[in-house]
Amino acid sequence: MIFGFAVTVAVAATLVALWSFVQSARNRLPDNPLLVALAVLELLLVVQLVIGIVLLAGGDRPGSLATYLAYLIGSLVVLPVGAAWALAERSRSSTAVLGIACLAIPVMVLRLNEVWSGATA
Amino acid sequence: MEQQRRTASGPGRVLVAVYAIFALAATSRAGVQIGTKFHEAPLAYLLSAFAAVVYIVATVALARRGDGWWRVALVACSIELLGVLTIGTLSLVDAAAFRHPTVWSVYGEGYLFIPLVLPVIGLYWLRKSAPAKIAA
Repeated sequence: MIFGFAVTVAVAATLVALWSFVQSARNRLPDNPLLVALAVLELLLVVQLVIGIVLLAGGDRPGSLATYLAYLIGSLVVLPVGAAWALAERSRSSTAVLGIACLAIPVMVLRLNEVWSGATA
Repeated sequence: MEQQRRTASGPGRVLVAVYAIFALAATSRAGVQIGTKFHEAPLAYLLSAFAAVVYIVATVALARRGDGWWRVALVACSIELLGVLTIGTLSLVDAAAFRHPTVWSVYGEGYLFIPLVLPVIGLYWLRKSAPAKIAA
């Protein structure tokens, strides 16, 4: 993996998560700037998927291909599902839901990099 | 009459979101384990799959309304708590038998102990979102 890019995605997702929790604490509903931030994160994750596929096509192999693909693809699911769940009932809690979804991203990106660096599970 | 229980409203939405993430994590992990190396540790990987099913059922049940789903959620969260306590203890007592990690090994150590806290919060929330005592 391109380590710098992974760190960028993880830090960005953590910042958006913090932003969500602050907004939730301020009793705010999910608003457009926050949703745009989530869309940008999702875009970064798509770029990460493309990078991952290009590296695989180039012959590099992670510690476990199945685990690697699971994280690569699984990380794309979290934000759209989280956003849909948050928007189905708009409240300060649904703003926090966006934060929870964002928090899952750095964890998955970290694991993705561990697996790419040779971890087998 | 069917009571409209609202486990998925307010703070419950956050709880369902956390459960959904664990359902995804546990299902993916169990899927990879069973799909690629089931023969290495069938028992541990079946436990992984069991944990995944419990998380999926809990997520769906908490996200839905109605008496029936409330009870399903209660059962799922109870099994989850029992599971993490049992597997957590066994994995400490007999580490050799639990070399292959499950979500519940060492009380969910690999997942920041969230698997230990989650069912407690789940059960607390179910208690709070239970219908008025007279309706019970």
